[in-house]
Amino acid sequence: MFQRLRILSSIAVAAQVMAVHAQVDSVVVDTTSTDSASQRLNMDAVYARPLNTLGTSAVALGGYAEAHAMFAGTDGVNEGWSFVIPRLTLFVSADINDRIRFLTEIELEEGGREINIEYAALDLVFHPLFTVRGGVVLNPIGAFNQNHDGPRWDFIERPLASTTIIPSTWSNVGFGAYGKTSNGIWTWGYEAYLTNGFDQRIIDNDQGRTWLPATKENSERFTESFNGSAMTTLKTALRHHRFGEVGLSWMGGVYNKFQDDGLELDRRRRVDVYAIDYNNEIGRWGTAITGEWVVAHIDVPEVHSPQYGRLQSGGFIDVVQRLLQRRMLGWDNARLEVAGRFETADYNNGVFETTSTNIGDCVKAFTVGLAFRPVSGTVIRANFSESWTRDVFENPASRSAAIMLGLSTYF
Amino acid sequence: MSRHYIYRPLAVMAVLSAVACSKLLPEAPPDDSLLDGPVAGLTSAELQRFLAGDVAFNDEIFNSASGLGPLFVAPSCGSCHAGDGKGHPVNALTRFGQTDANGNQYLDMGGPQLQHRALPGYSPETIPIGTTSSVLLAPANTGLGFIEAVSDADILAMADPNDMDGDGISGVPNWIAVKAYSTLRPNAVEQNGKYIGRFGKKSAAYDLLQQTAGAYAQDIGVNSAFEPFDVYSGNEVDPEVPNVIVHDVVFYLQTLKAPIQRRQTDAHVVRGGEVFNQIGCVKCHVAELTTGPSPIAALSNKSFRPYSDLLLHDMGLGLDDGYTEGSALTSEWRTPPLWGLGLAEDSQGGAVYLMHDGRATSIEEAILMHGGEATVSREAFVQLSMIDRDALLAFLKSL
Repeated sequence: MFQRLRILSSIAVAAQVMAVHAQVDSVVVDTTSTDSASQRLNMDAVYARPLNTLGTSAVALGGYAEAHAMFAGTDGVNEGWSFVIPRLTLFVSADINDRIRFLTEIELEEGGREINIEYAALDLVFHPLFTVRGGVVLNPIGAFNQNHDGPRWDFIERPLASTTIIPSTWSNVGFGAYGKTSNGIWTWGYEAYLTNGFDQRIIDNDQGRTWLPATKENSERFTESFNGSAMTTLKTALRHHRFGEVGLSWMGGVYNKFQDDGLELDRRRRVDVYAIDYNNEIGRWGTAITGEWVVAHIDVPEVHSPQYGRLQSGGFIDVVQRLLQRRMLGWDNARLEVAGRFETADYNNGVFETTSTNIGDCVKAFTVGLAFRPVSGTVIRANFSESWTRDVFENPASRSAAIMLGLSTYF
Repeated sequence: MSRHYIYRPLAVMAVLSAVACSKLLPEAPPDDSLLDGPVAGLTSAELQRFLAGDVAFNDEIFNSASGLGPLFVAPSCGSCHAGDGKGHPVNALTRFGQTDANGNQYLDMGGPQLQHRALPGYSPETIPIGTTSSVLLAPANTGLGFIEAVSDADILAMADPNDMDGDGISGVPNWIAVKAYSTLRPNAVEQNGKYIGRFGKKSAAYDLLQQTAGAYAQDIGVNSAFEPFDVYSGNEVDPEVPNVIVHDVVFYLQTLKAPIQRRQTDAHVVRGGEVFNQIGCVKCHVAELTTGPSPIAALSNKSFRPYSDLLLHDMGLGLDDGYTEGSALTSEWRTPPLWGLGLAEDSQGGAVYLMHDGRATSIEEAILMHGGEATVSREAFVQLSMIDRDALLAFLKSL
């Protein structure tokens, strides 16, 4: 069963962005590399990775690495070149049984300074429409969080709103279920999880703003809930084989410590995140469109500073256009793509009560890029991005720009 | 198909990367459009201290783990001094509990400063019923080292407590008690055990160390060895910010450059400067002062143009909030330096909020709010021709 699932989903690696065929040269490695475009959904991205099976072992290994060089500056202050290996990620997968499978994703960030278990979950298939998943799961909020592997993207930087409002990569300990069905034209899927959630750091952090990623600094969230209240994440997605996939998702729960040792400290304060995502690949034109929009409501105490936002929103839209797909530089099926991204993130929607003026604290950015894919799981990228950041008072924006050259590959 | 299809884009990328990198990055705004940046002439070691202070002032944002609160006004220095410029009303301070030179009568009820924000689970302070208060907007930080280095004698030379020259303008220092941790200036002038204050809307802070340590404690709720008493509990607590950081921030404030006047040779601006002198603004907003000796060579014996006499003046009933500090009367305010006035909107969100509490939303409105000792100048402004009024405003916006 899982072998079939693997076949159904595998290699959407590039399929999520463009095309499909993983290529491994070693004869001792058996690489899963098939795809089923008709049933592919963003939720399949977790298993849609090229995993290498050694001999007849049920265990498969894989991973991806990214490295880039960046030349950046802000308002005339040139930071010069810096060379970065932002992440090295290892996958281990095991088909324990025909209907039981385990996969883990361990990420080493910033040269190994941070080691995170981003995913480590056991799947038990009862029916295509009902698979139970438990462990460290990627909360299915938006699309990027579950589909974040570097080699899939023509952009070196991850989307702003997907990493700062949705704190991708955002995973938590919990349990849930998912399933999908397809008639060949339409594919529908769902996911539902109960997990640990956010904590008070989202409004008590060193960013001076409401900052959902601050919860990720709490390493104890993998061993206990901050407040004993589960967070719910729900997602449903519908794909038409021609018009693409739309996903709707919600993630919400109580983030504050409302009681401790039986004493009531505060009322329950919620954070609720809503997202809509879309992706489509227009095969005839070689065009891929990916987008995500997120809105977060945070119940910030009235006595807290107004610079901590109660409403955040943002998103991105990517357009990737294939220019060439042919034999290039000795690679048989290499691709050359041009890509553009526009994105925005507003960390504090609304107006100040004191002055009735708009609250700023927002950023807008665009990125253009060129990507060369010698094989589907490897990408060499050149990006230029420019962004305008406004402070909480909406003072004149500071302008930043960066030229980035990088590579990312599955292995 | 030949390989040039791939070589060409790669060549374009290489050219872009190698040749045009710096061209593609944003250029720096003109120096005279910014308030931040160091004074000229700092040594390499001083520049490193400046940068350390810059990080502590603008980048360090406190949370409960690093000492914020539990009661506070804002979580960082930069929250109230965006771009080192004038503050926004959203982060204004409120002080209460003192109506005369006998000191603050509400120190046991949260005075002198209201901490109106609190960490989750805590209740912020409220002003005791029946107490008068003042809302105070954060000032720009620029050129503070120059102001600190002016000698007491120079300040006293501008004072005219009994209006001996009969121009209706007196000007007095605020005589304050100096904190034990502050070091007296060389040749400091003493009067009944008190010394001349020069920072703050009422000139109630003696030096930038007092201003900085006080702001950490009162504004952010972060205690230091200098100000060890927590405003919430009243208890002496362990330092939450090290002395070295406090000193770095002080150094940063001392060495921020003075604002640079723009359009200095513009005829309209030049005419406005003449009008500024003619209608008597310059009697309090003294254009040029000179520093004395300073341990920072770049600040020693330098002329600078703050447009302030650093003295207290009675500004009339309209600006009398019924609150004061030190020996100042409730209607007395220190002449605010006008340098950087034209850049106020760049730190106040595109609008301007002037006077001590931001009640004036234009320079013209601010002038018309002047009373007391400034009444004559205000009336002279009202009588100006439109051309001269525009010129005066152009001059003020050039500062």
